[in-house]
Amino acid sequence: MTTVESTPAKTRMSPRKRAQYLRIVQYVLLVGILLALLLTADLAQVQDKFLKWDTFTAVLPQAGGALLNTILYTACGFALGFVLALLLALMKLGTVAINRWVATIYIEFFRGIPALLVFIVVGFGLPYAYPDYEFLDIGKVTIALGVVSSAYMAETLRAGIQAVPKGQVEAARALGMSPAKTMVTIVLPQAIKIVLPPLANELIALTKDSSLIFVIGLSPGQEELAQFGRTANGTYKGFTPMIVVGLCYLVITIPLSLLQRRLERGGMPTVTSHHGGK
Amino acid sequence: MTDVAIDVRGLHKSFGPLEVLKGIDAQVNRGEVVCVIGPSGSGKSTLLRCVNLLEEPTAGSIFVDGVELTDPDADIDRARRRIGMVFQQFNLFTHLNVTENLTVAQIKVLGRGKDEALKIARHNLERVGLSEKAGAMPAQLSGGQQQRVAIARALSMDPDVMLFDEPTSALDPELVGDVLAVMKQLAAEGMTMMVVTHEMQFAREVADRVLFMDGGVIVEQGHPDSVIGKPSNERTRTFLARVLDPLHTR
Ligand SMILES: Nc1ncnc2c1ncn2[C@@H]1O[C@H](COP(=O)(O)OP(=O)(O)O)[C@@H](O)[C@H]1O
Ligand SMILES: [Mg+2]
Repeated sequence: MTTVESTPAKTRMSPRKRAQYLRIVQYVLLVGILLALLLTADLAQVQDKFLKWDTFTAVLPQAGGALLNTILYTACGFALGFVLALLLALMKLGTVAINRWVATIYIEFFRGIPALLVFIVVGFGLPYAYPDYEFLDIGKVTIALGVVSSAYMAETLRAGIQAVPKGQVEAARALGMSPAKTMVTIVLPQAIKIVLPPLANELIALTKDSSLIFVIGLSPGQEELAQFGRTANGTYKGFTPMIVVGLCYLVITIPLSLLQRRLERGGMPTVTSHHGGK
Repeated sequence: MTDVAIDVRGLHKSFGPLEVLKGIDAQVNRGEVVCVIGPSGSGKSTLLRCVNLLEEPTAGSIFVDGVELTDPDADIDRARRRIGMVFQQFNLFTHLNVTENLTVAQIKVLGRGKDEALKIARHNLERVGLSEKAGAMPAQLSGGQQQRVAIARALSMDPDVMLFDEPTSALDPELVGDVLAVMKQLAAEGMTMMVVTHEMQFAREVADRVLFMDGGVIVEQGHPDSVIGKPSNERTRTFLARVLDPLHTR
């Protein structure tokens, strides 16, 4: 060994050897845990319930419609959420005290309650509140997802708007632009660019939140992935359909995740998302 | 119309309990260049920002081209079209390229067509010597180039008066000259200008009148040769001694 020891008397390992040793311990531990889990589990049972190849191949081709519905619902919810969020952010940054209050209460309320409650209230409350209207599934879903995502996005957008240098706002006003024109032509284009990564993050979170739609109970043919999976679980007496559904979610979320990383690397100053670390 | 382009009467401005401007009366005549000098914190920027109402005066009135901006019914956005402003920090729109910086307000505020706006933008870029930067983004320009673009942006609105708030203070020393040259040219063309500056040489050469401010009031004003050359007030002398001879070599 040719390691240069600064103090010959030292019997302890060098930092590099120590790190190497720790790495080996970690690998051994990980493999040990996995082996223990596999050996103690009833693998045949697991495979029968979760990874039945017949079920897998039977369910996979049927999942397309549900996959598209998940994308559609999420997109509609995100669009409504974005519009609401923009309104809320502008209200919160505005000069009218009432508007600031309303926006603050809305944001804190919907960030503070579980999304599931929103779905229950929208799914069952709306038809009671407005008995004269017929609510389409997509309408209810859009409202629920829009409300859930708007609170998070409002805070993100507010931070983005505030991140645009004030001097540019003054320059625009000095050129004779009205506050509204300044917002639309100078501030928002820059603010939205700044918050694109956290917005992509929110879109991923919302895709997963769309699995809560099952509490509304969608009509046949309108199901999204989670409800499709639950129904198929019953039909095929096992949870293999859930594996299919999980893969379908990844088909949506992984590209979004890659997109988000690309946006983040775009070199723009960014503002972190508020959607609890999902 | 009167010959007075900017008329400031009895201007007071407070930020909360802090009174920054304590009764300012000042006029800038048409075609005149007035330089405002004074120590940091004396209220020079606040005065300039009150002229186009970026700051709301606490008391007093502001007239530009005979229109009272402090009138509650005044259309401030309309009045600002005629008042160009150049900031210490340039404040270019960083998401737009140089040409778009010059055309956006022409199109959105003045309602000019795109072709006309482009033509005017090109003309003004040429005036500040930056024609070759038409397609560049602000971040690709030096500070001096950014400031000249900012001047061209203001000029593209065909203003009657131009306000400059320490336009060269954020620049590296070797870039100051280009910006001052553009301003000199502008003055020679007869532009009405109100310039807050620490460039005493520029003030002596270009200004028709110099205002010396200290503690929120105008302490002394007059021809640059007298205010800068033979100041009568003790505070002016102290300030000038510091600016002109910071190392006390005299
Ligand atoms: N928006 C503001 N809020 C509070 N105080 C301010 C504001 N703008 C300026 N001031 C204060 O007013 C005083 C004069 O500032 P300013 O007009 O910028 O001086 P100058 O341009 O002569 O250096 C300073 O004490 C400054 O701190
Ligand atoms: Mg200043």
